[in-house]
Amino acid sequence: MPIDIDIAKVARLARIALGEEELERYGAQLTAILEAAEQVQALPTEGVEPTSHPLPSTNAFRPDVVTASLPRVEILAAAPETEDGYFKVPRILEAP
Amino acid sequence: MRGAEAADAAFAAGEVQGPLQGIPVALKDNMCTRGMPTTCSSKILDGYEPPYDATVAARLRAGGAVIVGKTNLDEFAMGSSTENSAYGPTFNPWDPATVPGGSSGGSAAAVAAGTALVALGSDTGGSIRQPASLCGIVGMKPTYGLVSRYGLIAFASSLDQIGPMTRTVADAVALLETVAGFDPLDATSYRGEVPSFGRSLEAGVAGLRIGVVTELTSEGIDSQVLGAVTSMLDDLAEAGADISEVSLPSTTYGLPAYYLIAPAECSANLARFDGVRYGLRVEGETTEEMMARTRAEGFGPEVVRRVLLGTYALSAGYYDAFYGRALRVRTLIRRDFERAYEDVDVLVSPTSPTTAFAVGERAADPLAMYYSDVCTIPSNLTGDPGISVPIGVDDAGLPIGFQVMAPALEEERLFRVAAEVERLAAFSARPALATSEVVAS
Repeated sequence: MPIDIDIAKVARLARIALGEEELERYGAQLTAILEAAEQVQALPTEGVEPTSHPLPSTNAFRPDVVTASLPRVEILAAAPETEDGYFKVPRILEAP
Repeated sequence: MRGAEAADAAFAAGEVQGPLQGIPVALKDNMCTRGMPTTCSSKILDGYEPPYDATVAARLRAGGAVIVGKTNLDEFAMGSSTENSAYGPTFNPWDPATVPGGSSGGSAAAVAAGTALVALGSDTGGSIRQPASLCGIVGMKPTYGLVSRYGLIAFASSLDQIGPMTRTVADAVALLETVAGFDPLDATSYRGEVPSFGRSLEAGVAGLRIGVVTELTSEGIDSQVLGAVTSMLDDLAEAGADISEVSLPSTTYGLPAYYLIAPAECSANLARFDGVRYGLRVEGETTEEMMARTRAEGFGPEVVRRVLLGTYALSAGYYDAFYGRALRVRTLIRRDFERAYEDVDVLVSPTSPTTAFAVGERAADPLAMYYSDVCTIPSNLTGDPGISVPIGVDDAGLPIGFQVMAPALEEERLFRVAAEVERLAAFSARPALATSEVVAS
């Protein structure tokens, strides 16, 4: 499969604002890495179950009891901008 | 200093906290320390002081250890040379013109140079073992789940594991025993009893079956590294081990599988760095613009590269061809190891295909850099434990590491072999830049 990357779209999905020159450079590097990574397609894997995790883990339950949380004030202290006990961000919607 | 004073007071009061009481420990700077900056060597976390301790930090403090500092790493643990740090590179104490390996290069250099007696690193594709090898110290990645990842800033959650970096195998045992064990705050934490790992350090290797991995001792491995490994195998045979060659054909695909799986997980994990809750923010008109600018400004080139790679590998239309395929290859690699362990007790190989390479040598070529981890990546994909033990130096005087791998939760066996390798190698060389000799207990 030829590697065909719409690098501007990938950068947008990843929420990283990159200039034209950077996009071009990363696009070329990703192509080279993916061409090498394509080796994984050489192994026959039909009928092989995927391993997404090294532990044969099932659900990890704990007793349903309330435990202490971190103090809100300490969490908010690390944020770039807060207001009235909340994280504050610029507007979400585009201007009309 | 306060930690040291507390340890002194505990000693004076006759209080016994554990084997690490009063011992200076360095922590890789991707482990949260309450009230002490934790940066992941990234601009995006500049100035961040976590409001909580990682479980490993809490257990070290409870055990009386003194956290003397945080160590440099490749940004977000992505790299094999500790050159990708927003705070500048770390150099190898054996030769400052070479890299210490990575990503736990700061921890490796600190222990090698004697500025900390022991350190913790994290290992996602070899990030403990490879720098340990390049810096001539012991570095060990435990079985996945044995050490809590709570407070370890995540890179690739199914691969990340914290482990000890020390001068001796016995120190690695003491450090691992202090931090290992079930933690309800980590859903992937191992729930069983944690055995004592150091009971058989003196047991030797007589009758033990050691498999040499064919694919990791052939092309691509430096001849002096291979020579040292072969000579150690002769010594182990003389010590009574039963040595045989074992082929793990799927491991050849470990590197490409890793470079799809790790970036995929990293692209999801690093989504949290968006200028909202902590660290850097670069203003923008809208929240999306603010996030995109923050991430462009805050992430260094290797992190951007991997986030983009992972985003692509997970995106619609490419998922099956790349990420899905890599997960199936991961299964095949696991099967290879399981089959091998039917016939042998441990597997061995070099830790790194070369000794320390020159600063800047692989910086411009991501694929050459990625190859540094070819021998260590399989253990992360399988979740099994692995350890690097120094066995000698090359013609340039740079250390060579020997890797021992064992099945999941067979740490005791792993340490038993590692201790014998350590005795046989009698590695006593010290780096040029080591501070005055630190005497191990």
